Amino acid sequence: MAYKIVASQCTNCTACEALCPNMAISEAKGTFVIDPALCTECIGHFEDPQCVAICPVDDTCVLDASVPRYQPA
Amino acid sequence: MTDTLFSQDPDSTREASSADGVVDISDVMQKVAEHKGCGTEGGSGKASCGSSAGPADMPPEIWEKVKNHPCYSEEAHHHYARMHVAVAPACNIQCNYCNRKYDCANESRPGVVSERLTPEQASKKVLAVASTIPQMTVLGIAGPGDPLANPQKTFETFRLISEVAPDIKLCLSTNGLALPDWVDEIAKYKVDHVTITINMVDPEVGQHIYPWIFWENKRLQGYEAAKILTERQLLGLEMLTERGILAKINSVMIPGINDAHLVEVNKAVKSRGAFLHNIMPLISAPEHGTVFGLNGQRGPSAQELKALQDACEGDMNMMRHCRQCRADAVGLLGEDRSAEFTTEKIMAMDIEYDAEGRKAYQQAVEGERQAKVAAKASELDGLEKAGDISVLVAVATKGHGIINEHFGHAKEFQVYELNAKGAKFVGHRRVDLYCQGGYGEEDALDTVIAAINDCHAVFVAKIGGCPKADLEAAGVEPVDQYAHEYIEQSALVWFKDYLGKIERGEIVHQQRGDAAIRQGALLSQAG
Repeated sequence: MAYKIVASQCTNCTACEALCPNMAISEAKGTFVIDPALCTECIGHFEDPQCVAICPVDDTCVLDASVPRYQPA
Repeated sequence: MTDTLFSQDPDSTREASSADGVVDISDVMQKVAEHKGCGTEGGSGKASCGSSAGPADMPPEIWEKVKNHPCYSEEAHHHYARMHVAVAPACNIQCNYCNRKYDCANESRPGVVSERLTPEQASKKVLAVASTIPQMTVLGIAGPGDPLANPQKTFETFRLISEVAPDIKLCLSTNGLALPDWVDEIAKYKVDHVTITINMVDPEVGQHIYPWIFWENKRLQGYEAAKILTERQLLGLEMLTERGILAKINSVMIPGINDAHLVEVNKAVKSRGAFLHNIMPLISAPEHGTVFGLNGQRGPSAQELKALQDACEGDMNMMRHCRQCRADAVGLLGEDRSAEFTTEKIMAMDIEYDAEGRKAYQQAVEGERQAKVAAKASELDGLEKAGDISVLVAVATKGHGIINEHFGHAKEFQVYELNAKGAKFVGHRRVDLYCQGGYGEEDALDTVIAAINDCHAVFVAKIGGCPKADLEAAGVEPVDQYAHEYIEQSALVWFKDYLGKIERGEIVHQQRGDAAIRQGALLSQAG
């Protein structure tokens, strides 16, 4: 699975965008989105997913159940 | 905790910095303390070193830095305006008094903005405002997140503005977590003023204010988080002091959590060379959706706030004129003209930066300001008969140090303390517009009376018959005979008359009660 951003909760603070090690986060239609093809759940980069750790609103960066778990190579 | 940091070897601080010409921090701090006329021993020079201090009270280089800065000089705030540009939305900590989901054009408090800007838009906005408001002398970055959690955007904005408007002073306001990493960059852009929000120097206290910090790619909580935060804040402050950058400390007074502790914070920041300490009341209402708003944490009353500020004033300069403004505020501290400068309006503006015109205007302001100081000084004789009597008075003003606002139009009242030593600005009270469309509403009048209930009199340019009677019934004397005259001079004339009446036995001096600090929205556009 990759992480996704709950658009209705996102405050557009931009904090996650700069921290993402995969540059998977970008602004689209007035909110931020995570590209599931690029998201690695920060595995191999950091212990904690960075977007979850910095997000000022709880339960806004969440695992997206619609895509399979990321498998490190 | 404080002691450990306090006794920190100055060399370890020095190691953390890479700038050339770093000097011994204890020397600098002693020098700063002496500059302020508030030696570290405390004592003699103190009475003259309030934030209302004038050129005679401080060395020329410090006076030069603060004289046009409305946030660093109480006296300047009546004449000079500031603006914030909201280029820094990201934050690296969470505070229990902040909720980033909240955004309302009619709300005025820190962390709230209507739109965020790119550095290029911010630069254009600064030019637009500077051309429209010649007394705008200061550009600050205060969020809505933390400027140093957005370093590229923050410093790019400073770079652009210093190119197009070099006469504008630059400042920023930070939570301090990232400050030690950026002090040299701050010095490079000639940012003269840095505000650090320090609410505690003890992690036991801090863990009740900060649920988490983001540190070295992890979210840390509780005691551990607060310990790192306080260490970084105090290290950052020391590094600013070493470089001669003026530091102001903002502290949010949270009754039952850090109110008593702020005296200790005051000592800790003073000993590290902070120039000014600004203790602000907690803004907390359930509709803000903050942790403190939702759990019913109350803010302080006017009397509680003033007592704490007075207690700390024995040790250092206290700021009492902070309006806790928005991260995109524009104008004099008591006003907000941000709605005139939305990105849409700015892009349509034809802007010509008139540096000479700005200079001429500011020279005129300087003349006005000196006349005000002279007027105040002219009324200092004859105050000795006040003895121990000290009273507060409220003033309706639109700025310039003049009583020039109608009672019903006032969005805030400035509060002055009058006693044997003279007249001193000690705070302000926000009130919703009591008069909208020419008629008064009884509920609104009650709000105003609650806000200035600790005052003996209220000075206004004009007032209607009904509110006049209600104020008198509440024990607050409405005074309109000094319309369009200088505030402090008029207040002192009134005070001497008041003392005369006591002397002649016409009235008996009585203490007033407490007053409420308004927590709700300040309607910036109304009226």
